[in-house]
Amino acid sequence: MSTFATERGYEVVVGLEVHAQLATGAKLFAPEPYHFGAPPNSLISVVSTAQPGALPVLDRAAVDLALRVALALECEIASESRFDRKHYFYCDLPKGYQITQLFRPYCSGGRVLLADGRAVALERIHIEEDAGKAVHDRGPYTLVDLNRAGVPLIELVTTPTLTGADDAVAFMESYREVLVYTGASDADMEKGNLRCDVNVSVRRPGEALRTKVELKNLNSLKSVHAAVEYEARRQVEAYEAGRDDQVIQETRLFDTDRGETRTMRSKEDAHDYRYMPDPDLPPVFVSAERVEAVRATLPELAHERRARYERDLGLSAYDAGVLTADREVSDLFDAVVERTGTNAAKQAANWISNQLLGALAGDDIEATTVAELPFGADELAELVQLVEEGTLHTKGAREVFKKLASEGGSPSAWVESLGLAAVRDAGAVEAWCAQAIEANAKAADAVRGGNEKAAGALVGAVMKLSEGRADPGEVRETLLRLLRA
Amino acid sequence: MSADTNRGASTGANLDATALAERIRSGAITAREVVDAALERARADRFGAVRSVDEEAARRRADELDATRATHGEAVGPLHGVPILLKANLCRLGSTTDCGSALLASYRPPHSATAVDRLEIAGAVVIGTTHMDEFGMGSTGEHCAFGRTTNPRTPSGSAPLAPGGSSSGSAAAVAAGIVPIALGSDTGGSVRQPAAFCEVFGHKPTWGGVSRFGLVAFASSLDTVGALARSARDLELVLACMAGRDRYDATTFDLDVERRPSDLAGVRIGAIDARAMPGVAEDVAAAYASTLEHARELGAAIERIELPHLEHGVPAYYVIASAEASSNLARYDGVRYGARVDGDGSLESMTTATRDTGFGPEVARRVLMGTHVLSSGFYDAWFDRAARVRRLVVRDFEAAHAAVDLVALPTAPTPAFELGSVRDPLELYRGDALTVPASLAGLPATSLPALRDGDGGRPGIGVQLIGPGGADMRVLAAARALRPAAVDAVDALDASGGAA
Repeated sequence: MSTFATERGYEVVVGLEVHAQLATGAKLFAPEPYHFGAPPNSLISVVSTAQPGALPVLDRAAVDLALRVALALECEIASESRFDRKHYFYCDLPKGYQITQLFRPYCSGGRVLLADGRAVALERIHIEEDAGKAVHDRGPYTLVDLNRAGVPLIELVTTPTLTGADDAVAFMESYREVLVYTGASDADMEKGNLRCDVNVSVRRPGEALRTKVELKNLNSLKSVHAAVEYEARRQVEAYEAGRDDQVIQETRLFDTDRGETRTMRSKEDAHDYRYMPDPDLPPVFVSAERVEAVRATLPELAHERRARYERDLGLSAYDAGVLTADREVSDLFDAVVERTGTNAAKQAANWISNQLLGALAGDDIEATTVAELPFGADELAELVQLVEEGTLHTKGAREVFKKLASEGGSPSAWVESLGLAAVRDAGAVEAWCAQAIEANAKAADAVRGGNEKAAGALVGAVMKLSEGRADPGEVRETLLRLLRA
Repeated sequence: MSADTNRGASTGANLDATALAERIRSGAITAREVVDAALERARADRFGAVRSVDEEAARRRADELDATRATHGEAVGPLHGVPILLKANLCRLGSTTDCGSALLASYRPPHSATAVDRLEIAGAVVIGTTHMDEFGMGSTGEHCAFGRTTNPRTPSGSAPLAPGGSSSGSAAAVAAGIVPIALGSDTGGSVRQPAAFCEVFGHKPTWGGVSRFGLVAFASSLDTVGALARSARDLELVLACMAGRDRYDATTFDLDVERRPSDLAGVRIGAIDARAMPGVAEDVAAAYASTLEHARELGAAIERIELPHLEHGVPAYYVIASAEASSNLARYDGVRYGARVDGDGSLESMTTATRDTGFGPEVARRVLMGTHVLSSGFYDAWFDRAARVRRLVVRDFEAAHAAVDLVALPTAPTPAFELGSVRDPLELYRGDALTVPASLAGLPATSLPALRDGDGGRPGIGVQLIGPGGADMRVLAAARALRPAAVDAVDALDASGGAA
């Protein structure tokens, strides 16, 4: 909720236009590959530099990725879509127009499910190409890098049905999840492959929509939140002060340093994009068979996984959320459970959400992503099973995990070489217990006096003596038996 | 006949490409001799047809071809050793592709047009480029930043006639016998009208039949790469070499390039009442009638047809072509290539200054028109409406081709007129009335020199045959039946006739 606006009885109405780069590794209409961070103007061709006589040729792989997103969001797929030209002059736009889809987008409708289950209705999604980059801070000239020119994008447009900054952020998080799960986009805002413009207006509940303002240059979720908050407050203050004229249809830029928005261009200065059909590109036909073929390859989406984890595996909503926040993590979890059986699901979930995610976030190991880990589902499943069958106790298992995470290898081999196998010899356990009782007379007396809680200290002492190889449950039972005797 | 013209005749001035290639194949003459002769004629060009020649590269290529033939005993392809010229809007690696524009005066493309590549693979030797109306916009050759072209068919002692345009230099070069074949481009008649004015053959292929990759775009939905030649059979030869699907042009398809017999018996040709058409000159109507009469004598059935939306072709064409031109020419901003003119230091002023200086007045006019018809609030009234008229023109032809095999129209409403005599752009645009309909419909059309009873009529009259989409080879076979022989060239080395 936007607190300032809502406190004054206003509703904040938000609509989003979200651009996501499609992860084809190629350009939408040009033959060269694309990857982030290449030296300037090293990934270009006659097409992306708009040489005279060059023509665009559609990469169908981009359409397939776009279809995955559309199907995941239950959009209606157009059997025939077309490309149009949108004109404006800027040095990073080589042709003087961007190829996009205005008149006949490849899909329309659909919805994004927020984490709380609410559905946000979409206007449409269309396919278009990215512009290059103009660099202004390297000496007296503006430099142009055309590597990004022609990279495939999908632009999603929501209906103006989100209310407030929190919703806007929640939407971006959910949409990002869909992009990543479908494999359509890396959706990394820091690398600029997920960008959004936000339309903001405020109104009294029940009123018709008031004038909206478009906010640009929002390259983090933090910016999205702050920009919506700032802009809603600005509009409410204007209306409250009777200065309705300060809210006009315009495009405002969010200044991340100052945390405020300022006018970029007003409606009068708005570009006339002179849209026209692009005669160089034939219509894109998508058959019902194609749609079904793509649908068949769609993975289970994050919200579907969460529901399954709770329903079938008995995980908490919190754990399900943690596990599905990253598709790689969730895939690993599924693979581990597939190997261990569903009975070990909770233990597998604990290992992943505590040890594994902690290790990836920390500095003790090199890996920062699941893909970089020196072990996989087989090893993790083995570790879980060793614990499950009693071969390994928690303390030992943690040591094995540390070795796995830093050096890889096989869990059973580590158990062997580190001598961590659980001790099941009842005589040895009893000897350690007797030793512990002797060394901790006070605690032993307390337990004898009926304070069973005091047994904890004794269990700890035994675990120490056994170097973690004894089973704490068995130790406790043995201690109680000895003390009551 | 002088010794020069004798040699000219034996090395190509009056041979068509088919005959010339045959002589080279048989060993009667070498590619080098043919290319040398063509270069000599290009140097002597007194019609302003040729824009640039690359003598060294052409000779080197000819020598390679001769060496290949000597080693392997056979020609590399059907155009082995045939010298050709390119309209200056066809990209070729190593050449300058200036499009007749000051803005691209020194532009050297990093790529070659697919059509050019394919002709070179078939053995053609590119000797240079020809003058053209800037970016293909014009029908007289006068809108070229590098000088005007005159019509080789100008009667001795007369003021020079316009060669037509925009493939002005290509048409004049073929009429002058400099090369047997020159490539042009046809957006609204730019191959056919100069072919008619210079009395040579010109073919505009079905849209999509020949790749546009490497053809500098003017109006993409109308642009085609076409050839000019002195015989219909040469046009068949060239089309067969350059047509077909291209991975760099998504709008291409595999055009049928199988040769048909040149037999008009039983062919139904649809004709209009040219005399009733406003603006059609009397001698054009007469030449059109004589040509149709000749077709009838050859066994064709001439049937009257109606093309009800013919008169709306010009306005629809100029809206659509200008709109697309304003879009296609937006890339000439001075940022990446071309003649950059610095402004006051801002990007906008640089782009403005570059375009102000680089574009000629006709290009500026069309870009302004095109920008207007696409503007917010005008799109429906102009562009969309023109697109709807275009569909009506398409339907006219569909109906006509349901009744007849080919439609015949005069190529232009007037014969070749004096250079500079027509100044009003609208009058010039009206001169496209008979070529733009086939362009709007994307249909194959061949212009051939009209057949006339006796002489006395003015020079530079053509008749075009228009077929259904994809029927290029049927159209060309009919043109070949009507005029089986190659037309004579006005020898470029013969200084006794023609205008200076």
